[in-house]
Amino acid sequence: MERKEWPLWEVFVRSRNGLDHKHCGSVHAPDAKLALQVARDVYTRRQEGVSIWVVQADHIVASDPDAKPELFDPAEDKIYRHPTFYQLPDEVNHM
Amino acid sequence: MYTQALDIPQQGADKGPKAVENPAYQAEFDAKIDAGGYIEAKDWMPEAYRKTLVRQISQHAHSEIVGMLPEGNWITRAPTLKRKAILLAKVQDEGGHGLYLYAAAETLGVSRDELLDALHTGKAKYSSIFNYPTLTWADIGVIGWLVDGAAIMNQIPLCKCSYGPYARAMVRICKEESFHQRQGYDLLLTMMKGTDEQREMVQDAVNRWWWPSIMMFGPHDKDSVHSGQSARWGIKRISNDDLRQKFVDATVKQAEVLGVTMPDPALQWNAERGHYDYGAIDWDEFWNVVNGHGQGNVDRLAARVKAWEDGAWVRDAALEHERKRAAREDQAA
Repeated sequence: MERKEWPLWEVFVRSRNGLDHKHCGSVHAPDAKLALQVARDVYTRRQEGVSIWVVQADHIVASDPDAKPELFDPAEDKIYRHPTFYQLPDEVNHM
Repeated sequence: MYTQALDIPQQGADKGPKAVENPAYQAEFDAKIDAGGYIEAKDWMPEAYRKTLVRQISQHAHSEIVGMLPEGNWITRAPTLKRKAILLAKVQDEGGHGLYLYAAAETLGVSRDELLDALHTGKAKYSSIFNYPTLTWADIGVIGWLVDGAAIMNQIPLCKCSYGPYARAMVRICKEESFHQRQGYDLLLTMMKGTDEQREMVQDAVNRWWWPSIMMFGPHDKDSVHSGQSARWGIKRISNDDLRQKFVDATVKQAEVLGVTMPDPALQWNAERGHYDYGAIDWDEFWNVVNGHGQGNVDRLAARVKAWEDGAWVRDAALEHERKRAAREDQAA
């Protein structure tokens, strides 16, 4: 089958000012302008957003799921990075 | 439900359990499922899990897309501007739901073109319910009330399905479905306050849609081919019969308030079970429709294929326009 589908774009929506843009799905569109338009129609029909980002899916670089251990396990034994690691006297423990 | 055709054994499907492809990965996958965790797009998954999800999510997406046709039939004939605006918004939602779901299916490594091709060539199925005709305006109300009501029953547990992208799409869909059901019931309430002729129209629509609606939940549990495996994988959380019973129990009261009766003399409260009993379902009709011989199968698919083919030049022109723009940009750089 001949592949003529429009490229895939990932859609990120800021639901209101003060919050991050959050990934909410993807759309197919021939160019950036139409990707924004389609994303608006598909993902913000009920005032779900005040701002939209679209990025072509193949421009996203993602970490390898198989690399989870080497990427994320080293943080596991560094509990001293958390405030709860430190036991302070009761009088000042709200610090 | 929208994925009843999962109960048709796949052609050439392997009989019996397959050899485990990778025991270490399989153990990690099983542990994640057992802990109620989510599988994400790039995670390792058994091939059968991936295939089942592609079938289920794409059947669901196709159902949303074909589901626009019976209702779209009435947009130009809506009785008031208000009802027309509501129906347009609802049909647009169905299109949106189809798009969320296609996007979720594509995360499993299947292309949009392949998915659409499967629908257009009849290789992929969609829900039996959309092969019934919408004869009067009351049908639009009954579809919202009963068909979308049945869909909600089925879709709420899918919000916790083990495949992350599907679960997230379902959360979004469920938020929007409630509007669909309530606008349908509201439409019918308005008709019931009208003339005798309008009330008869509502009752007639209920008579035609009741049985197809409860067939949407698919075969009885004892005849459901894939339910066991899907439950093990956390894709299907509640059985066909349990969902159907929940729907029947919830709907009887709504019918009373509306002032209509269901076309089932066996429908009555069973104090012992704490549920409503209902009559025998005509499974011959169900399988007939699922397998392409319902009243509307040929027309629905033809309308869908025509829309796709008539739009081809627009899709091609948009791609070409962008290709030329990018080429100009390259030249200028």
